[in-house]
Amino acid sequence: MSNELEFLSRYVVAGRLSRRDFLGRAAALGASAAFANSLLGSAARAQGAVKGGILKAGLQGGEATNSLDPASFLSQVPFSFGKCWGEYLVRLKRDGSLENKLAEEIGASDDAKTWTMKIKQGVEFHNGKTVTAEDVAATITRHADANSKSGALGILTNITGVKASGNDVIVELANADADFPYLMADYHLIIQPNGGKDNPTEGISAGPYKVTVNEPGVRQGGEKFANYHGGDAMGHADQIEIIVINDATARTSALQGGQVQMINRVEPKIVELIKRVPGVTIQNVSGRGHYVFIMHCNTAPFDNNDLRLALKYAMNREEMLEKILFGYGTVGNDFPINAAYPLFTELEQRTFDPDKAKFHYQKSGHSGPVLLRTSDVAFTGAVDAAQLYQQSCAAAGITIEVKREPGDGYWSEVWNKQPFSTSYWGGRSTQDQMYTTAYYSKADWNDTRFFNEKFDQMLLAARSELDEAKRKQMYADMGTIVRDEGGLILPMFNDFIDASGAKAGGFTVHPAGEMMDGYALAECWVAA
Amino acid sequence: MGGSPILRLIAQRVAMGILLLFAVSALIFAGTQILPGDVAASILGQSATPTALANLRQELGLNDPAYVRYFRWLGGILTGDLGTALTTRQDIATTLGPRLWNTLFLAFWTAVVAIPLAILLGLLAVRYRNGPIDKAISGFALASTSLPEFFIGYLLIFFFAVKLQWFPSISTVYDGMPFLEKLQAIVLPGTALLLVVLAHMMRMTRAAILNVMQSAYVETAELKGLSQLNIIRKHAFPNAIAPIVNVVMLNLAFLVVGVVVVEVIFVYPGMGQYLVDHVAKRDVPVVQAVGLIFAAVYISLNIVADIASILANPRLRHPR
Repeated sequence: MSNELEFLSRYVVAGRLSRRDFLGRAAALGASAAFANSLLGSAARAQGAVKGGILKAGLQGGEATNSLDPASFLSQVPFSFGKCWGEYLVRLKRDGSLENKLAEEIGASDDAKTWTMKIKQGVEFHNGKTVTAEDVAATITRHADANSKSGALGILTNITGVKASGNDVIVELANADADFPYLMADYHLIIQPNGGKDNPTEGISAGPYKVTVNEPGVRQGGEKFANYHGGDAMGHADQIEIIVINDATARTSALQGGQVQMINRVEPKIVELIKRVPGVTIQNVSGRGHYVFIMHCNTAPFDNNDLRLALKYAMNREEMLEKILFGYGTVGNDFPINAAYPLFTELEQRTFDPDKAKFHYQKSGHSGPVLLRTSDVAFTGAVDAAQLYQQSCAAAGITIEVKREPGDGYWSEVWNKQPFSTSYWGGRSTQDQMYTTAYYSKADWNDTRFFNEKFDQMLLAARSELDEAKRKQMYADMGTIVRDEGGLILPMFNDFIDASGAKAGGFTVHPAGEMMDGYALAECWVAA
Repeated sequence: MGGSPILRLIAQRVAMGILLLFAVSALIFAGTQILPGDVAASILGQSATPTALANLRQELGLNDPAYVRYFRWLGGILTGDLGTALTTRQDIATTLGPRLWNTLFLAFWTAVVAIPLAILLGLLAVRYRNGPIDKAISGFALASTSLPEFFIGYLLIFFFAVKLQWFPSISTVYDGMPFLEKLQAIVLPGTALLLVVLAHMMRMTRAAILNVMQSAYVETAELKGLSQLNIIRKHAFPNAIAPIVNVVMLNLAFLVVGVVVVEVIFVYPGMGQYLVDHVAKRDVPVVQAVGLIFAAVYISLNIVADIASILANPRLRHPR
């Protein structure tokens, strides 16, 4: 099969077969869309990227309040722009493994508590200085400092010591963590001169583009960095530019009018229309982001597992996926992990079952309405989703009272405070990270107030388990516990939907996130 | 009291305006204090840890009492210091300057087209009142006003940016952009705004002049055989100026302070979008600064309108 596909993909690149026909034939041969797409991308890459020109993206998720300090990154524009000018130690590849960037070699001690990273020599920062192990150590120290305001602080709290020694950076951990190298791929951890301690917002690193334009919330851009260390895989266009377009219609028309070559966050309801525009390709990829209805397991009435199970069985996941995401996503199974994670095990799918819901509801002994708080800032369509849920619960004899909360202050006043609300999780790079962030009993964001001793023990044990098969089994068991005893109702994982124009060459979706995990501008080229 | 009564009236208006501005500053400050949510939490978003929150609050000086912060702020403004943005740590005046300039640029060129056009159309409507021309002008103007501005914006984008590709749908302007390119970039947002403000000014011109047309001296002018246009130009228009100026100023103020929607649709980097971004992040100093600038624009345009109507009143211009 793959021989034929490869053959066909070369046809597409040579212009003898349309992209859509190719994807159609690939599907007929049983290949997944993601695989076919990546095949196409590599064929185009083999053909050779076009050098030069200006590549522009119109992205949602930029504000006048953005800064170039990587510690402050939160929304999509800084995330994508950071991957253009910033350089990281490692990068997540499409198959879930890691590619070394500024790190040359990463090794662990037997107890997975001491990690040694050898830093690549002779790499130049945009300001002409050489990247040293000291710079790397300072970067990690800055983000891991307890007083830091870095978005990466949460995942780095396990670090007890960082030091540079020759070309090596040595990191000491309090608890074993077999996943440590994955943390270094976090988008905040851009290596800066002296770790950015002197001037965090100067926008200097060793990425393929140098920052030339920085008008936060309006546009940000860069020009090719002549001494880029990473060779030819990135930095094809002479200049790149991100125009912040927060309005969905304006984004689409900018792509249609040819003012930008790629956009993010295409609204699911208009995808079918956009597909018909000549030259425009929808680039959707299933990710780790998930929509959730969260109950506090320690607060009445949700402290009763039968009530929680009743509310889980009363969720019609297929309908939710169809009506809220217009099919651009995958159904969830009440635990926060899906196939996008390494070491994933599929568990038996929970389905909408009014009878079981009724059974558990009666067993719980609860009566009266259950208050669900929601707001559209939780996720797009959250209020509609709450109403759909109200309907499917009614079919099981459960009364849900939907309370619409103001979007302002939703994250500070409702989420993680009120016992039953809608929310969104962007996912994390590893299962351990996801569980540690939101399901470990001591986590700040344990937003389901899930206190399960057995679960905690397994989580800690899995970290130092270097035998992958055993770890996989442990994660499967942990998933089962969350699914059957936790406070999480997870109707669906959403797709990231980008769109690229005819002039964006080499666009290949990346399972880790939108805009090719942020690398779209750095890796694509202006097609002739 | 010596001096001309006009100067006294004008001085009164200006003094009132300044007083009003102080009152507004207090209101803005109070208003920003009762906004729900917390600056630190908004800056750090959903992914804030309690430690990071506490650190940030301490650093931003959010633990001082409100009146201390108010007088600190007022003192800064009186000495020309708008403060520092909480989120980006940049000087507000420096980041605000270009945005204000962009907003004024768009407002200015829209006004340059809209005001003469509205008055001309108003005059024409009076000249041919109740005829087909009047009805057509009024009908078109009212229809364009009745459509919400985002709809007008999308229509313009659809036809002129996507279909015909005459103008860009993205109106991003930046420093160092050639002047003609800038003008080309603001054609669509300018047109959308024009369609929004046109009817109000045009209808007011028409009504004000028609009002004057009922008076005895116009009848006299008619009787002595002046042409319709001459009557309007020489006798009716000058006496209708006061209400027209009032409406023009009101719309000018709208062009500066009320264009958020148009800015978002056309991705125009003006004050509105800037304000919204900072409100969302609870960046109070910026919100206060922008609020004060908006209030100052509004109040000073109203003072100008007042003064214009004082000057247009012959009884005040020529005191006995």
